[in-house]
Amino acid sequence: MTYVAQPASVGMIMGKVLLALGLGIAAYVIYFGPAILVSLTLASLAALACEALVLRLRGYVIAPFLKDGSALVTAWLLALSMPPLAPWWLVVAGTAFAIVVAKHLYGGLGNNLFNPAMAGYVLLLVSFPSHMTQWPAAEMLAHAHLSLLDAAIYIFTGHLPAGVTLDAITMATPLDMLKTQLKLGHTVNEVTRAPLYGYLGGRGSEVIAAAWLVGGLILLKQRVITWHVPVAMLAALFAAALWFHVYDPDRYVAPWFHLATGGAMLGAFFIATDPVTGPTTPMGKLIFGAAIGLLVYLIRTFGGYPDGVAFAVLIMNMAVPLIDLYTQPRVIGHDSKKSDRS
Amino acid sequence: MRRLYGFPGGVHPPEHKTESSGRPIAPAPLPARLVVPLLQHIGNPAKPVVQPGQKVLKGELIGKADGYISVSVHAPTSGTVRAVEPHPVPHPSGLPALCVVIEADGEERWVEKTPIDYLHLDPSEVRNRLRDMGLAGLGGAVFPTYVKLNPIPERSVPTLVLNGCECEPWITCDDRLMQERAPSIVAGARIMRHLLDAREVIVAIEDNKAEAIAAMREACRDTDFEVVVVPTLYPSGSGKQLIQLLTGREVPSGGRSTDVGVQVFNVGTAHALDRAVNHGEPLISRIVTVTGNVRRPQNFEAPLGMPLAELVTLAGTPREDTTGYIMGGPMMGFDLNSDQVPVVKAMNCVIARSERLFPPLPLPLPCIRCTRCAQVCPVRLQPQDLYWFARAKNFGKAQEHNLFDCIECGCCAYVCPSHIPLVDYYRFAKSEIWAREREKKAADRARERHEFRLQRLEREKKERAEKLAQKAVASKDTAAMPNPDAQAKRAAIQAAIERARAKQAGIEPRNVSQLPPDKLKEIQEIEARRAKLREAMQKQPGDTP
Repeated sequence: MTYVAQPASVGMIMGKVLLALGLGIAAYVIYFGPAILVSLTLASLAALACEALVLRLRGYVIAPFLKDGSALVTAWLLALSMPPLAPWWLVVAGTAFAIVVAKHLYGGLGNNLFNPAMAGYVLLLVSFPSHMTQWPAAEMLAHAHLSLLDAAIYIFTGHLPAGVTLDAITMATPLDMLKTQLKLGHTVNEVTRAPLYGYLGGRGSEVIAAAWLVGGLILLKQRVITWHVPVAMLAALFAAALWFHVYDPDRYVAPWFHLATGGAMLGAFFIATDPVTGPTTPMGKLIFGAAIGLLVYLIRTFGGYPDGVAFAVLIMNMAVPLIDLYTQPRVIGHDSKKSDRS
Repeated sequence: MRRLYGFPGGVHPPEHKTESSGRPIAPAPLPARLVVPLLQHIGNPAKPVVQPGQKVLKGELIGKADGYISVSVHAPTSGTVRAVEPHPVPHPSGLPALCVVIEADGEERWVEKTPIDYLHLDPSEVRNRLRDMGLAGLGGAVFPTYVKLNPIPERSVPTLVLNGCECEPWITCDDRLMQERAPSIVAGARIMRHLLDAREVIVAIEDNKAEAIAAMREACRDTDFEVVVVPTLYPSGSGKQLIQLLTGREVPSGGRSTDVGVQVFNVGTAHALDRAVNHGEPLISRIVTVTGNVRRPQNFEAPLGMPLAELVTLAGTPREDTTGYIMGGPMMGFDLNSDQVPVVKAMNCVIARSERLFPPLPLPLPCIRCTRCAQVCPVRLQPQDLYWFARAKNFGKAQEHNLFDCIECGCCAYVCPSHIPLVDYYRFAKSEIWAREREKKAADRARERHEFRLQRLEREKKERAEKLAQKAVASKDTAAMPNPDAQAKRAAIQAAIERARAKQAGIEPRNVSQLPPDKLKEIQEIEARRAKLREAMQKQPGDTP
């Protein structure tokens, strides 16, 4: 038996993920106001409460599982995917679905087939589309600013401060606007000249994407994740976008725009890399990541939703057992030509 | 410079080598009583050849090799055999095994030492002598050395590797041996090379043993042996991994190192070979690292059979918070269930445990498929899948995913953030599969026996019927004629009976190979009485029909 162990634990891994998310959250607060902090806190409390409740119902020891941090990671990823000004019950409902149904009804930590945060997000997106598309405008574009307290009051009661209208603080997202304007016959070049757009992606949101990228590189350096999924996903997204962009630059936006907007970076480094719901073999991770990248592009460009990360991840989650089965690496001492399953 | 190829995975746990590597090897004082197990190697236990009360000399044979995979066992000192009986031995099962208990007389009188003239003797004769001198691998697996020195004629072994890697934490017995007795190791390697007819000899040492590297380089100066420094990475000391590291060749699954033309021996084995061949000394002692929660960690040259309790006190009285002893290293070793077990050929290291040095691992959490285990697996298995199959008792699937390629190095368990004792699951699955295989074989045999019996009954019935028919015809044809055939037949029957009787007399009773000598003696006496009785019966021909 093995008497020694590396000083690593599930809790430490999840803690590193939360820390690496911190950078992007800071950028979020700077560019879109402090409302995100309210929904992050709300989702965290809801997740911990649900986790404790279900563990108790299942007759598990609660403390070591609560301390593993996995519920918090789910809560944060869900909150970061949602519009920060979404009403409190939406956040709670999404978190509860993620923890209770997507995680524990599948067997709890390590057993779930679908990424819980994305399952919760998609449930909300298809059930409450109007609430889920109310995104705040970046601070420099908004006509009014909400303080932390104002945001909390709005999230819990739905009341805005006197003189502030919803239109003054919300705005279409860069991806959404691009989609609708292209349908109206505008060219990419005309659309992206709007103040909503920055150098690469949306104003403000491109900085947040950069922060997710840095956080992801930290996770790579810390060996929390491997390079396979993020590189494959971003490369596939880039390649697909490049192909169409070269074909018709007026109708298909540049590949770097795709990397710098929406959930691409967050998805590549923090969501698609979820070990529980992803493949385990190196080759499988490459296939999984590339397929997600491709699906994201297809959904964004031809689908009914402005962004496609959540759907792409969930769809590919279903394929994981099959991917693992057919990508088993050659075991040392075995013939490379002969398949082990034959 | 030799090009190194590397192997996948591997880990680098804290080394803990300096605790015991600084002090020279000390000879252990002779204990008053030695308990020498008859099974200290892989294979069949040796057959006891001594009886209680018998005097033995140092190096005298006390157990004879039994079968192809077996080696002999010798008295570690001169004295009197007190008993041949089961005793606790160092084994994970904790089951007692047959041992020869010797009371030392303190005189250390040797049997006559007869060195082996390996350059002039027939190689097979040399190998038989090595078997009779008790040589087994001292790296921990204790495989009979003479078997490994027997290359199959059609498969040559061009490369001989001396393994001085010692990659497990805490253990330093090979390190010290190389520092202090490098010339003897080289002398042993010469013998190995001669018997294997190897073209090249590589001494592989991990780069954390600078003094050992220097000493071995010095000892190899007048030879064409090559000392190769390999990076410190666990489990580079494992045979297959070392071969891959040095040659880039993979030992085929289920195959042996000779399949890729390499034979690997531990440096301690080479030293023991030198003592046996050039000095005529059978394997009766070994270097043991005593370390961990002891006051003066050190390596000792201990006689086989020395009680563990006496060995560990050589490193100072055990600290109060000692909770037990690990045999081997912390990656692959196991708990000794008693401090009364003896030193054996496989005991390279004893680590005193304490909660401070080896804190209990936290409660295992579920596997999150993080694949850290797969990243460090030197065989490139998918440990997280094997764990899943073993847990679900889906043994067929586990086998399909190459469970039996697992070398149980423990890298996966070492890095698991959920602290799952992965290797324990693989051992469980392997033993279950073995047990099922045995059951299946037994059932197959029983079925075959049953079918054979039915066939035999059928055949006998048919034969009887035929015979009856023939007899009926014969009696009709030759009613009153004297039959010369019948007489010949009768004589043949008589001869057959005689043959059967002679054969019976020659059959040895079974199930006696593992009995202590006093029992054997008793059986022999009974046999003698029986023989006498038989003789007496034959002297009275009138009684026999």
